[in-house]
Amino acid sequence: MDIRVQAEPFDAGAELNRFAARRGDSGAVVTFSGLVRDDGGLHHMEIEHYPGMTAKALTEIAERAQARWDLRDVLVIHRHGKLRPGEQIMMVATASAHRAAAFAAADFLMDYLKSRAPFWKKEVTGDGAEWVAAKDTDEAALDRW
Amino acid sequence: MTLDVLYFAWLRERIGLPRERVETDAATVADLVAELTAREDRYAVAFQDLKALRVAVDQELTDFDAPLGTAREVAFFPPMTGG
Repeated sequence: MDIRVQAEPFDAGAELNRFAARRGDSGAVVTFSGLVRDDGGLHHMEIEHYPGMTAKALTEIAERAQARWDLRDVLVIHRHGKLRPGEQIMMVATASAHRAAAFAAADFLMDYLKSRAPFWKKEVTGDGAEWVAAKDTDEAALDRW
Repeated sequence: MTLDVLYFAWLRERIGLPRERVETDAATVADLVAELTAREDRYAVAFQDLKALRVAVDQELTDFDAPLGTAREVAFFPPMTGG
C-alpha cells in the first residue's frame, strides 16, 4: 500500500508504470485520476486538508478496500494547496489478479475519498472565492457499499 | 481539561482562526459546542446548523453526542469534498 498526501504535482503516467511493476502477480491494474475542471472562469482551486488526520483516514479507507477485495496493491496520491485548471488533484490505483476486483475497489476508494477524507475545495474565480459544497449524491453513494 | 480545537474551511474563516486551546469541563462534543457558542456571536453563527457540520475527536470522525473522555483534539469542519 502506498498513500501520499502532498502539495507537489505528480506524473500519473510514471506513477501508473511504477505501480504496475511493483507486483508481478497482478493481472489487472485500474487507475482513476481527478483533475481540476474549469467550468468557466475558474482561476485556481485551493485544497485545504487536516494534516494530522488525512494520511490516517486515507490509510483506513485503503485498508477497508483491501479487506473487502482480493487486492495485490493500492496507491492513493492526493494533493493539497493551490492547483490550476487541468492539474491532477489525485489518483488512485488498484491491482488485483482479475479486473472485477480492481474496478470495484477503485470505485469504492473514490466514493470514500469524496466524503470521508478530510479535504475541502475552494474555487477562486475573478469574482471571488467559494467553498465547494458536498453533494447529497456523494453521501448517498456510500450506501452502495 | 485542555483541548486543542481545530476549525477548517468556511468554519475556520467564519470563526477567524484555525485552532485554539480551550479549557473545558464539557462531557460531550455537543457540550463543547454549547460552551463555544455562548462565548461570542461568531461562534453562534458558525455553529448555527450542526447538520451542516462534521466533527472528529482525536482525528476520528464521530457524532456530536460523542463523549470527550480523555480527548486531546477536537476538529470541526463542513462535509468533506475530497477526490
